[in-house]
Amino acid sequence: MSEQNQDDLPGENPADTPEQAIEPIPAPEGDTEIIETDYTIGQDNITPQIGPVRFDIHNPVFVTSGLSILVFVVLTLAFQNEVGPLFVALRNFLTANLDWFFLSAGNIFVILCLALIVTPLGRIRLGGPDATPDYSYAGWFAMLFAAGMGIGLMFYGVSEPMSHYSAALGGITMENGVRTDWAPLGGAAGDVVEAQRLGMAATIFHWGLHPWAIYAVVALALALFSYNKGLPLTIRSVFYPILGDRIWGWPGHVIDILAVFATIFGLATSLGLGAQQAAAGLSFLFGLPTDNAFLVALVIGITVIALFSILAGLDKGVKRLSEVNMVLAVALLLFVIIAGPTLAILTGFFGNLVAYAEYLPALSMPFGREDANFSQGWTAFYWAWWISWSPFVGMFIARVSRGRTVREFITCVLIIPTLVSVLWMTAMGGTAISQLLNDGFTGVQDADLPIKLFEMLSQMPLAGIMSFVGIVLVIVFFVTSSDSGSLVVDTIAAGGKVNAPVPQRIFWASFEGLVAIALLLGGGLAALQAMAVSTGFPFTIVLLGACFAIVKGLMNEPR
Amino acid sequence: MFSRILVPVDLAHPQELEKSLKIAADLARNYGASICYVGVTEETPGPIAHNPREFAQKLAAFAAEQAARHGIEASARAYPAHDPAVEITDILLRAVAEVGADLVVMASHKPNIADYILPSHGGGIATHTGISVFLVR
Repeated sequence: MSEQNQDDLPGENPADTPEQAIEPIPAPEGDTEIIETDYTIGQDNITPQIGPVRFDIHNPVFVTSGLSILVFVVLTLAFQNEVGPLFVALRNFLTANLDWFFLSAGNIFVILCLALIVTPLGRIRLGGPDATPDYSYAGWFAMLFAAGMGIGLMFYGVSEPMSHYSAALGGITMENGVRTDWAPLGGAAGDVVEAQRLGMAATIFHWGLHPWAIYAVVALALALFSYNKGLPLTIRSVFYPILGDRIWGWPGHVIDILAVFATIFGLATSLGLGAQQAAAGLSFLFGLPTDNAFLVALVIGITVIALFSILAGLDKGVKRLSEVNMVLAVALLLFVIIAGPTLAILTGFFGNLVAYAEYLPALSMPFGREDANFSQGWTAFYWAWWISWSPFVGMFIARVSRGRTVREFITCVLIIPTLVSVLWMTAMGGTAISQLLNDGFTGVQDADLPIKLFEMLSQMPLAGIMSFVGIVLVIVFFVTSSDSGSLVVDTIAAGGKVNAPVPQRIFWASFEGLVAIALLLGGGLAALQAMAVSTGFPFTIVLLGACFAIVKGLMNEPR
Repeated sequence: MFSRILVPVDLAHPQELEKSLKIAADLARNYGASICYVGVTEETPGPIAHNPREFAQKLAAFAAEQAARHGIEASARAYPAHDPAVEITDILLRAVAEVGADLVVMASHKPNIADYILPSHGGGIATHTGISVFLVR
């Protein structure tokens, strides 16, 4: 008879499976402000049967974004040679005219996050006061990091500090009254020590508080409105405090469509970078070709691996790969620290933190910048790129962060990844610069961007093995970005349903691969970056709205 | 013959369950077995419920309603999952063990070409458990 009692539910032994702690009484996990709306998740969804497969998709969002992206891919492939310059012009126009906007928005995100850590609002728990975290710190952190930076760390870890260092050392060069150098701020002409500090500070600036604050804003907004207020896990829900029930209509559709665009093109940029670097690494090690055919084959091959990961699901696929990733990345990092200039890296870590703090106000200043090449070409591009990634990383972080308090959440999403980025950049970039200064090795300085990492490793013991680890890391980062991205886009395009039919994920993962291929063929890196920036701009406006919504939503939570 | 029947239910598609629910109830009455209705839910707000607790409550209500309608002994178990779409088979296998079921009655679609890539949940259960599985089509 005990079976008929509802206390026979798994909630009886919460010790071994905390996530099953379910009681039949609707005391949701403590008091939260549930937003009552007449909207039911999935009410606007259609379920067409295409061949043997049934879909479950949000009608305007899926159809509009899917078709636009398809048209974009076809046009780009059809006019491969004509679109290249167009993309370059687009990127330059946006970053040159809107740099102040991107930089100001970035500062607002950082300030909001830091404020939330210290104010009483930080005590609010995502998922309700009694919610318990779903993932251990290790699994959680691995997923945060793999999703958040991934390939970029591999691509820019060595190349960016080196570029800034060289540019800063070169100092200011003028041509017809316009600065033509790429040095950050005023540069540090001829001053080796100061150029190093400035170069590291500028790199850390791009990989530190600002990008993680962007992610934290999206993730916090989504988690709050979904777990605490009961709205669907999709970007439009965040706008409930601003737009009310209108978010279920076209204003909401537009927000979600923008999120899908931003995610697809942001991901495609990273996939393109990853393919280039993996190809460069393979050709460096094994003499394989780096032509377009090989790049396309690489994108296809890696997308197929991502498909397997998606079919295995969040816990068995994405989480395990993220953990593999983490182990490999830590191994590479430790190897570089130990085999490289160990002491210089460890002291450099603190020195670079100081340099970062020192240069932060000047670097983040949105107005009156003299260093247009740097602030527009690097910073504004980065901010737009991070923002175009943010719906994807943010939603992914939100999905794995239930049960954390706001303070814990922001500390872990903002501060810890920033410190890890500082260490990573110090180790990778610092080693390359030290090779240049102490050993007179100019290989890294002279190499193309994607190859710089492998040039640096070539000067260390076990060069072949570690370069191979580097390539594997690029590929695994590639896969974790592609599969977690597909999960997120699928959820947005299914109106917030996380259990939509699996074939839809296959559709989106294949689409990401297609977009990456189209952009690689139609203009290469410039095309990728241009689209990331163009989709990042409208989404910046969305994010500023999200900041307001977070504060309002948190204030309304019972404390 | 059977004493505990496990019936996976998808509360979002009740009309597709009619047949399997009827068969399960008939079997339960025939053999004097109890039924455990099992539901898998996402942790995010979904079409059925805002959170896993609300889902569990609805599932319990569903079980009580079935028990009253068919005059059988019934209970409910809700399982939250991070990624329900791919985890259902594993969770149901876990449920079979935890409930101590000796028969699974579940609705399944007619297999088609897509099953080569994505096997049906019912087929997956039958492959991986020693107890009887009744797939209702």
